[in-house]
Amino acid sequence: MALLAHKVPRFRQRVQSDLVDSSERTLVSPLTLRRPSGRAIYWTVFALLLVSTLITFGPLYWMFSSALKSSIEIFQNPPTIWPLHPAWSNYFNAWNVLQYPLYFGNTVILAAGAVVLQLVVSATAAFALSKLRPAGKGIIQFVFFSTLMVPPVVYLIPQFVNISNLPLIHVSLINNWSGVWLPEAASALNILILKSFFDTIPRELTDAARLDGANSWQVFTRIVLPLSRPALAVVTIFTVVASWKDFLWPLLVLFNPEVQPLSVAIYHEAGINSTYPLPFNYLMAGLVLASVPPILLFLLFQRQIIRGVNLTGLKG
Amino acid sequence: MAPEGLKRTERASIVPNMSPPRAEKSVSESERRTLGQVGLFLRRNLGGYLFLLPALAIFALFVWYRLVLGFVMSFQNVDMINPAAWVGWANYQKVFSDPLFGIAWRNTLVFTGYALLFGYVVPLVLALLINEMRHGKALFRLAFYLPVMLPPIVVSFLWLWLYNADAGLINSLLNVVHLPGGLWLETKSSALPALVVVATWGAAGSTMLIYLAALQGVPASLYEAAEIDGTNLWQRLWHVTLPTIRPIMLLMLVLQIIATMQVFTEPFTMTGGGPDNATLTVLILIYRYTFQDAEFGEASALGVILFLVLAVFALFYMRMTGRLMEAD
Repeated sequence: MALLAHKVPRFRQRVQSDLVDSSERTLVSPLTLRRPSGRAIYWTVFALLLVSTLITFGPLYWMFSSALKSSIEIFQNPPTIWPLHPAWSNYFNAWNVLQYPLYFGNTVILAAGAVVLQLVVSATAAFALSKLRPAGKGIIQFVFFSTLMVPPVVYLIPQFVNISNLPLIHVSLINNWSGVWLPEAASALNILILKSFFDTIPRELTDAARLDGANSWQVFTRIVLPLSRPALAVVTIFTVVASWKDFLWPLLVLFNPEVQPLSVAIYHEAGINSTYPLPFNYLMAGLVLASVPPILLFLLFQRQIIRGVNLTGLKG
Repeated sequence: MAPEGLKRTERASIVPNMSPPRAEKSVSESERRTLGQVGLFLRRNLGGYLFLLPALAIFALFVWYRLVLGFVMSFQNVDMINPAAWVGWANYQKVFSDPLFGIAWRNTLVFTGYALLFGYVVPLVLALLINEMRHGKALFRLAFYLPVMLPPIVVSFLWLWLYNADAGLINSLLNVVHLPGGLWLETKSSALPALVVVATWGAAGSTMLIYLAALQGVPASLYEAAEIDGTNLWQRLWHVTLPTIRPIMLLMLVLQIIATMQVFTEPFTMTGGGPDNATLTVLILIYRYTFQDAEFGEASALGVILFLVLAVFALFYMRMTGRLMEAD
């Protein structure tokens, strides 16, 4: 919004030139945009798009404002657009009823662990495949990348059965955060993203370091990783978002409320199977609180996220 | 992703202790003959293997081992109490004879069909329009991408409230214009489409963003050339824009089919598979086999069947991303 505000004074003068002089050439020809009829159509489409943003902003606003209503007002018909007596206390109550400090903490820990583990596992593998290229590289790449096409659903049940009794070491990871971290660390997509980024680092750089006597680990930590900050940022952000959105697997593995993340806790508190479903205004307040971190994340890292989507392209 | 030019220079540079991969292979055959040469082989590759160790261990333990186990378990009776017993095709027979099997597949396919109807066209049209905008591009991108960031559980519960029969936003809006509201999630005929709307709302933004990126890759010179040839807007759309982004469109089609056939969170949290199994999907059935009936074998069998269906689409996907997979 701040960005828009500083543009306002110049906006009027720029409108004319903006429509035509844009360096980007797209489907509509600049000539069409110069004609009055073309301009009318352009602004009509613009207005239509503006209205259609209500499809996403509308429900989000409704979530936010419903959370401020009393349990009577929330069922009023016709509904009030803005609550008569905004009850900000609903947010505090939801915070307490849903035990947010605990579940927020769990969600953050789950995300942080996922980031650390996935970065370590994916970056080392990507470095080996891109720069060290040991014998048998082709087979190893196949072992990783062919899993891109195997939907995790297929091994959901065996994964669950055996997470309770790991082979060889016979340890149960049920109700343990590692039960979520470890399976998620097998991310072929991350390896693919990082490998293709490492591939763009000129060989001359790593070779020069080797001539200076650096070993593989030093090349990895002092040259490749520092140069790959953009790709590492993309992987980090996507891991955090995926971890924050994760539902099915934590639901299966984490029974104990003490270790559950937010989405699982909300489900148990408010789901169709819960014994005392939350009142809707508290539930909405809880949902808003759960949405704030990912929305902030998006606003802060918009550029990286958009670049990441373009980079991965494949992730639906 | 990696610029071709860079890759070529990378291959060309030959440094004493880092010979290019092709030469390395032929050398490594003869190396194995004597002990000293084994040492050389190890010295050349050990570092690489050590770096690969964490990923290989994780993939072996949590992907490949499980995958094999899934197939094995589908032929076993597993109840987590008694030792697993071999039962042959019995699990598959039970799954196929379950009346819910047909219902679950029909619902899943209908869901996928609707999801493509909305979820395939809407993001493409949005991207095409937004790409033409000279103002507010960032705002539009933000607006339509925002739901993608929300946890699915938030999206589901938010829409549970919007669909609420008494005071939900949708029925209230319909009341304002004097139209009758509906019991959207409680009626057999509307429950599944209602869930499709929710899933599309939550996911369309990411597809749109991918199309936007693809559209920016359409070369301006193509448009200019087409314009000189006297084409109109629709001809340019049909003969320039769409053919250029067709690979991405195909890829998204396959990916969306694979993703929507695994639909779980929305029906699980919003309808629980009801009313009267109208929103029972394959994944919900797998969940029920596992956690209501403790029939892990049957659940695995159904998982294998789902895998085989998805594998058909996955093969298309593999062919399309083949260039990414190449062991360069």
